[in-house]
Amino acid sequence: MSGSCGCKGCPSKDDTKIKDAEFTVALAGNANVGKSVTFNQLTGVDQIIGNWPGKTVERAEGLLQYKGHRIRVIDLPGIYSFSTYSMEELVSRDYIALEHPDAVVNVIDASALERNLFFTIQLLELAPPLLISVNQIDLAQKKGISIDVEKLSCLLGVPVIPTVAIRGKGIDTLTDAILDLAQHHPVPPDLKYGKEVEERIGKLVPRLGELAISYPVRFTAIKLLERDPSIVKLVQDHDPAIVATADALAAEIEAIHGESVCVVMSAERYNVADRIAAEVITVKDPENGIQKKSMSDRIDSVALHPFLGYLAVLLVIGGLLVWTFVVGARISEILQSLLSQIEPYEPVVTGPIAGILWNGAFSGLVAGITLVIPYVLPFYLLLAVMEDSGYLTRIAVMLDRGMHKIGLHGKAVIPLILGYGCNVPACFSCRIMESPKQKLLAAFLVTLIPCTARTVVILGLVGQFVGIGWALALYAFDILLIIIVGRIAYRVVPGESVGLIMEMPDYHVPSASVVVKQTWARTKSLIWFVFPAYIVGSALIQVFYAVGLLNPVNNLLAPITVLWLGLPVVVGITLIFGIVRKELTILTLAVIFGSTNFAAFLTPVQLIVIALVSMLYIPCISVILVLASEFGWKRSLQISLVEVAVAIGIGGIAFRLLTPFMG
Amino acid sequence: MAQEQVEEYLEAIYDIAGTEGTAKTTAIAKCLKVAPASVTEALQSLAEKNLVNYEPYKGASLTDQGKKIAETIKRRHRLLEVFLADVLHINRNKVHDEACRMEHTISEDTENALCRMLNAPARCPHGSPITPCAKGVGSCSECDLLPGSGAALPEELRTAAIIPITHLSPLEKGSIAFIRGDCRVVQRLSDLGLTLGTTVSVTRKAPLNGPVEVFVRRTKLAIDHTIAENIFVDVARRDRA
Repeated sequence: MSGSCGCKGCPSKDDTKIKDAEFTVALAGNANVGKSVTFNQLTGVDQIIGNWPGKTVERAEGLLQYKGHRIRVIDLPGIYSFSTYSMEELVSRDYIALEHPDAVVNVIDASALERNLFFTIQLLELAPPLLISVNQIDLAQKKGISIDVEKLSCLLGVPVIPTVAIRGKGIDTLTDAILDLAQHHPVPPDLKYGKEVEERIGKLVPRLGELAISYPVRFTAIKLLERDPSIVKLVQDHDPAIVATADALAAEIEAIHGESVCVVMSAERYNVADRIAAEVITVKDPENGIQKKSMSDRIDSVALHPFLGYLAVLLVIGGLLVWTFVVGARISEILQSLLSQIEPYEPVVTGPIAGILWNGAFSGLVAGITLVIPYVLPFYLLLAVMEDSGYLTRIAVMLDRGMHKIGLHGKAVIPLILGYGCNVPACFSCRIMESPKQKLLAAFLVTLIPCTARTVVILGLVGQFVGIGWALALYAFDILLIIIVGRIAYRVVPGESVGLIMEMPDYHVPSASVVVKQTWARTKSLIWFVFPAYIVGSALIQVFYAVGLLNPVNNLLAPITVLWLGLPVVVGITLIFGIVRKELTILTLAVIFGSTNFAAFLTPVQLIVIALVSMLYIPCISVILVLASEFGWKRSLQISLVEVAVAIGIGGIAFRLLTPFMG
Repeated sequence: MAQEQVEEYLEAIYDIAGTEGTAKTTAIAKCLKVAPASVTEALQSLAEKNLVNYEPYKGASLTDQGKKIAETIKRRHRLLEVFLADVLHINRNKVHDEACRMEHTISEDTENALCRMLNAPARCPHGSPITPCAKGVGSCSECDLLPGSGAALPEELRTAAIIPITHLSPLEKGSIAFIRGDCRVVQRLSDLGLTLGTTVSVTRKAPLNGPVEVFVRRTKLAIDHTIAENIFVDVARRDRA
């Protein structure tokens, strides 16, 4: 997901209000079942929702006020199981088992009952006060599936409420049921598995009952049989003999089935899920009710077509970028002229230090606003529309094969596309990759994607003064470079790559509130990370400039800038400034030359070299910080150094290759 | 050393130490119920035939050649067990000993015919996996097309075939027979509903060996091509259009 790196350490008034709520309710369920929509219906707090499987990594909470009661609602990550030991799964499991919410609402998709019940069954192992909300019951009916809700409730032994969360249907009944559950804390009954498994659970339960373990006993027994690392460790500390017994019992199960015990347990749970689903589902027209060509299938016959599909990807992503910059440039101009009326934001380098600082900070703010509002915001808005409609998963499928070449898979398209807006939320969104290696690889490649700030530089220098063809060539070269660097990094970075396994949700008309919230969630991380860096960085740089560090720095960098890159000596400082804000390179050049007609001072080759180097060397201070927070300082600095080296290397080569042709 | 005896020894080492490990002389002696001294002698003879690597005091491990024989015998043993239990309805407790005696005498043709007749079973009656044949064919249907094998069984007896899910044609149904691969991947797939015996179909294959779209339990999953190639399904032929 994109990072909503909220304001840490400053509890707002709302926070304390939520924390002293009377009851706590957790929402749990698969991704793409409308869990986040249900959460919004209950609380109305901002929250990310979209069509990307496994999205809600971070915990969202809100306050539900109902009939004079104040209920704190926690939205747990969308997960399919408690067995693959991902962070999302551990967080959800431990929250339910150890924090004892007053009620757990399991939101399930009526159209995919078996797979959702598989998760319900695992929730029941944790034995919280449970209630089920069968959501999207209208979509299921369209597919010819009707569900006997009362029978389902009877078979599971917990209340079941049918809902259509997106239209608010059933939410009142759900809220009543939540309140009832929170007040009475009923313990749901155990669901029994096959005899071979139950016998062995039965052998462990009495012995575990004697230990003081905070997890439910039956759950602990099952997890011991599954050799769950954290539970094994926990019990090992209490009584190693039980772990040994459980291990032997697990080996017996494996000998009977010839499968790893976890896979056996999954099959057991699906057996139960299938049995229950078969009893409560009635499918009308079973011959072609489900298989019949739905709207989604028809769209997919184009979106996933061997030729038309790629054409669509190209048009959609290309269109997204072009539209953003055509519209963005206009809005940016208007904003700049508006803001310059408040205060001039051309760098001021003389006068009292406070004035210089203020001027620097203000110009940083202006730069932030004129980048975020015109370029990043519309870009993310359109992307959220694509994401919520379900089209982004299709792009992931179409580009999966290509991503393999650089050690990633289809899901990596989302951080890479986000990168064209701003690298900061893009780096956060690399969390959707499964293996640590793929997370790092994706983040590394994201930093090579020209974000809006770098696009301003490329268009402002090359697009305007050399030709739009050359600017596009730089973009094309960047993609080529990403592929080459990606292939090398794939070999160099240790760890393993995992293939794509992803749910393909049906298409639907994007909901306005969902799109707005998704866009806000991404832009928010930009405001927390990028604005401060812009403002502080600009102010500091202004001071350095004022106290006369300009020439020494330029002279220090001269061997690189003048000798190797063939640039004027004054460019040195602009590249340093660019670390704070990439588009500052172009602004500083304008100040130094006292003009924005760069063609008068720089040759076309020099313009291309500056744009090329700016595009590639260290993303910017905000990205360095994000990389450090996600992967540690060592990785962050390694990436930065590699990119500086690559940028300088390629810049020098370009200078030498292009000079004979362009003079 | 008789061929049957050779095979018994290789099988014993396979049972004790698997294909890679080393089996101790005493363990082999216990398994075959013979004196340790005769085991030492037999292992030396097997080492001469290049079927085992034998190190005095440490034990014996299988060479590539020995491994091949051991695996073939194990496969025949388990196929025979399925045949004895499922077709002849012999008591499951007795099929092991019976198969132990028969495994050394049947030919490769019989082994293949058994495999086809039993629809390439994935497991023996005791649950141990039956290794797929080493014939280098992509699927059981290719096996049926090999010269001389097609006529081995009447068509009506051959009702199923095990093929990778990537070989399913659109809308053709199959049930999961077994999944190979990294245990975490297998776990992930089974959590998403791909458990043994589940009916699945392929709704779409992305171009250029891209992901395969699999329809399972009313949901659609996009699965990496390489992962999908290791998901094997049982196709009931009478369901074919």
